[in-house]
Amino acid sequence: MPNEFLPFARPRAGTQPPYLYRDYQSTQQRAPKRAPIRFEHTLSEITGPSFVAHWAGPDATDLTRQHKGEPLGERIIVEGRVLDEDGRPIAGTLLELWQCNAAGRYHHPVDQHDAPLDPNFTGAGQVVTGPDGSYRFLTIKPGAYPWRNTPNAWRPAHIHFGVFGPGFVTRLVTQMYFPGDPLLAYDPIYQSTADREARERLICQYDPDLSEAEWALGYRFDLVLRGRLATPADPV
Amino acid sequence: MMADKLIPTPSQTVGPFFHLGLARAEWSDLAADNPQGQRIAIEGRITDGDGAPVPDAMLEVWQANAAGRYNHPDDDQADKPLDPHFRGFGRVATDANGRFRLTTIKPGPVPGRGNALQAPHINVALFARGLLIHLYTRIYFADEPANAGDPLLSSIEDGAVRDTLVARRDPAAGSPPIYRWNIVMQGDGETAFLDI
Repeated sequence: MPNEFLPFARPRAGTQPPYLYRDYQSTQQRAPKRAPIRFEHTLSEITGPSFVAHWAGPDATDLTRQHKGEPLGERIIVEGRVLDEDGRPIAGTLLELWQCNAAGRYHHPVDQHDAPLDPNFTGAGQVVTGPDGSYRFLTIKPGAYPWRNTPNAWRPAHIHFGVFGPGFVTRLVTQMYFPGDPLLAYDPIYQSTADREARERLICQYDPDLSEAEWALGYRFDLVLRGRLATPADPV
Repeated sequence: MMADKLIPTPSQTVGPFFHLGLARAEWSDLAADNPQGQRIAIEGRITDGDGAPVPDAMLEVWQANAAGRYNHPDDDQADKPLDPHFRGFGRVATDANGRFRLTTIKPGPVPGRGNALQAPHINVALFARGLLIHLYTRIYFADEPANAGDPLLSSIEDGAVRDTLVARRDPAAGSPPIYRWNIVMQGDGETAFLDI
């Protein structure tokens, strides 16, 4: 009896970035030349790691309390849900996050930007989503920083997010941006997704109800993963 | 209804600083908890379109256990045991020379579509600066007779392209056996990547 299962939907044209996007220089040596081979989903694609047993380690959701003192910068709450494209919550999946500090410097040996490191800020966190797919982090707003893609290029402030979802093909690594950032218009990484509506999913929303008085600004950011097709895989 | 669907979040590159959030050296050993099966190592190197090593890439791998069952609720092959000591997921970042090493157990064959059987393989996702969206590929094993009937391998007509998916056992290696498997991101010898 062959396994019966629902494969995952493929993205609509333009709603994901291409491999080759010339304005982002590094894609020119790293994008494959041949088109990837289309392969229909099997058990290998629809299954993937589960994190409900917390083997990835304890949740680390407060990035402002990982050192002796408080980091410099604007304290922010980032809260949201991990959903599939049908709006169903993805519970018990691992969400990993990393970012630079308020001055625009990563706690990473490769980052040589002439901005101060903050001894009270590392910039990494993780959480396993709750039963309703929710997560919440307390951190500081990352700064913009220069990069050498083109002369005088600056990355808009962003937080990197990685999330797994139910299958190997639902894996998503992305970046969250802030509303109203003038650098978004010039950033090829943000602009690489052609579909405007899809692209704008990368921008979090300021939420006054999430802000805490005299304490921290609140931003809402939902992550949407590929959903299941409505009909089972054709067993041939 | 299509209209009710949410658009999935676009992928963005992991960038050059992903180690800060994603590096977990212990995850490069999938066999740390002494699972059933033949212990193996997979070693290789990742190069770009200029032939230069890629020092800022990361691989994630997902595989079935030695019996050919995935540790996931959608794998309902009741005739195959789950191994409580094997999760089947791993992660490794390349070093300054673009090299990586994974330790795991050799997976068993898993069902394909319909009545097809898939030869033992490891599912791979490649992340790097310069990849706006990760690339998928697979690792098969050269000494596996089941490769001849594998649906994916059989579907690739160009033998040179097919061979990019196949890891070869290093005859000079002792124990555990080492399988060598490289990734060429672009150009001559480019790895077969998958649209899945």
